Amino acid sequence: MEKKPIRVVVAKPGLDGHDRGAKVIAQALRDAGMEVIYTGLRQTPEQIAEVALQEDAQVVCLSSLSGAHSHLFPSTAQALKAAGLDDVLLIGGGVIPDDDITPLKEAGIAEVFTPGTSTKDVIKYIEDRIYGGQER
Amino acid sequence: MFDSEKVKKVTEAKEQWKAGTLGKVLAKAPERKAHFATDSGIELETVYTPDNLGEFNYEEKLGLPGQYPYTRGPQPNMYRGRFWTMRMYAGFGTAEQTNERFRYLMQQGQTGLSCAFDLPTQIGYDSDHPLSQGEVGKVGVAIDTLADMEVLFDQIPLGKVSTSMTINAPAAVLLAMYIVVAEKQGVPVDQIAGTIQNDILKEYIARGTYIYPPEPSMRLITNIFEYCSQHVPKWNTISISGYHIREAGSTAAQEIAFTLADGIAYVQAAIDAGLDVDVFASRLSFFFNAHLNFFEEIAKFRAARRLWAKIMKERFGAKKEKSMMLRFHTQTAGCTLTAQQPDVNIVRVAYQALMAALGGTQSLHTNSRDEALALPNEHSVLIALRTQQVIAHEIGAADVVDPLGGSYYVESLTDQLEAKAQEYLDKIDALGGALKAIEFMQREIQTSAYQYQQGVESGDNVVIGVNKFKIQEEPPKGLLKVDPALGIAQCEKLKKVKEGRDNAAVQAALEHIRQVARTDENLMPAIIDAVRLYASLGEICGVLREEFGEYKQNIVF
Repeated sequence: MEKKPIRVVVAKPGLDGHDRGAKVIAQALRDAGMEVIYTGLRQTPEQIAEVALQEDAQVVCLSSLSGAHSHLFPSTAQALKAAGLDDVLLIGGGVIPDDDITPLKEAGIAEVFTPGTSTKDVIKYIEDRIYGGQER
Repeated sequence: MFDSEKVKKVTEAKEQWKAGTLGKVLAKAPERKAHFATDSGIELETVYTPDNLGEFNYEEKLGLPGQYPYTRGPQPNMYRGRFWTMRMYAGFGTAEQTNERFRYLMQQGQTGLSCAFDLPTQIGYDSDHPLSQGEVGKVGVAIDTLADMEVLFDQIPLGKVSTSMTINAPAAVLLAMYIVVAEKQGVPVDQIAGTIQNDILKEYIARGTYIYPPEPSMRLITNIFEYCSQHVPKWNTISISGYHIREAGSTAAQEIAFTLADGIAYVQAAIDAGLDVDVFASRLSFFFNAHLNFFEEIAKFRAARRLWAKIMKERFGAKKEKSMMLRFHTQTAGCTLTAQQPDVNIVRVAYQALMAALGGTQSLHTNSRDEALALPNEHSVLIALRTQQVIAHEIGAADVVDPLGGSYYVESLTDQLEAKAQEYLDKIDALGGALKAIEFMQREIQTSAYQYQQGVESGDNVVIGVNKFKIQEEPPKGLLKVDPALGIAQCEKLKKVKEGRDNAAVQAALEHIRQVARTDENLMPAIIDAVRLYASLGEICGVLREEFGEYKQNIVF
């Protein structure tokens, strides 16, 4: 049976302008057959939740290289929750020190991908989580 | 340069060699790759000989150092006179913390300052703005008012040191603050030296810290050109930056082309505003990346100098030599640093710094080993600075001007990069110039970035520690951490400044900026007046936001 494409929002929260990683991930996910919406820069957590709601997203990918992840990622988790999107898979990537990863996971970020990650690993992670029936 | 009869003989000998000496080896064992190419896709031959250069006119292509077209360098004796300025990009947390880092670096032999601002500062928000939450002091120092700037440069003599500030959309405000701090130190404004990045086009294209739409942004830039040509003659009024274009994923050829296309747009805008090209052009400066492909990067710097000299002379009719000289700062490529086996980054940075020195840079920042993980700690920064000092003082690389000039290979790469960049420039001209070609450039960069990543994942692009020679390792220790409580303290500080100043005078000064913004007068004097009264960056940029509106990015994906 043909699987329906996974719907993904790739978002840049906060003021960070580094979008190379976000765009490469967005393109890789699209090439892997997913439907991808890229929000562009300077999104607030509320705006990201709004896009996720509008686009009926199953996955939200956050990218931050500015060191503001410990504030912005949990705020986005809360905004998704407030929008009733508890079942959306929320993942993040960027320049994120190891020490910050556990608190991010406790705050509702399912997985954190750090520099050097292969796009194939991200694709596999998303497919396993969505098709593997392990959604939260 | 070469006797054509003798070149012919070289060509014949090379053909025989290919069929014989080389052919025999290739018949026995294939080479490591089917094709060898540079990052810009220039196909490489096995060896380079005089016939690769064709009709090589030495005078036209190279000339002598300090002479048109400046391929060999902008100064006649380059580093035999003075080394490049060792200028480490630094800034984090509060003005106090950054001042301490600045003074540490000066004690360690750094010869110029380079200031990193946090994102709220770069986007014209005060630390207490809702969008600043979580960002205060993170990627650079937080500056809200002149009070912060006074602390930032405390005990640093602005008459003796030059300062580069990575600030773009709010460049006029930070320059104004710097001018007033110098005044307070008793330094005449015509004696201060430094650079503001002030390059909005690459913010739209690749870096993202824009505020206003293109038209008022270009007006602010030409206002600064004009003001500084009259009052701050030693200031580099712009640093036209390919660095971030390259970091976003471009090739070396695209880096040259898109940077010079932006340069053309600024020069044209200033001429259109009525300025004389020879009055402002000598204060234009550039900023390039030192990436991975050793010889292509060196050729890139040389090709950029030659191409810019021709553009200034032939396209804009510049008469003064200084208007045609491309002077540039270099930073080693941040995107080549790995989080894995971070000590290996020290080696990468050393080679990259050498590329910059061999390419004739005027100043250099060397990245630190831990920057794929966090802002650098003091120890990492010291190694990075020492790397430059080793190149300058120990290995003799700075003793002869343009030491690779005349290499068949490097000259061939220089020619080919120039040609590739010229092709892009023609295309951008056909699209109506850099402002009209923003999305074109973004698409080109994105395609290159994606191709590079695919190369990494297929193993064609080797990244040591990431897709080859991997090891199990412990998470690194001792990373620099910015205290999250700092944001609150910075807001308190701003509140105190606002309570202590003459608020009626501040309001009048802000209103004056609004009125000037509506005319075509120069905004700099009004901004300097407001800054002196401790009007905040967010207040000044806020007024201009109301008058000019905000840039909306078209999403290219």
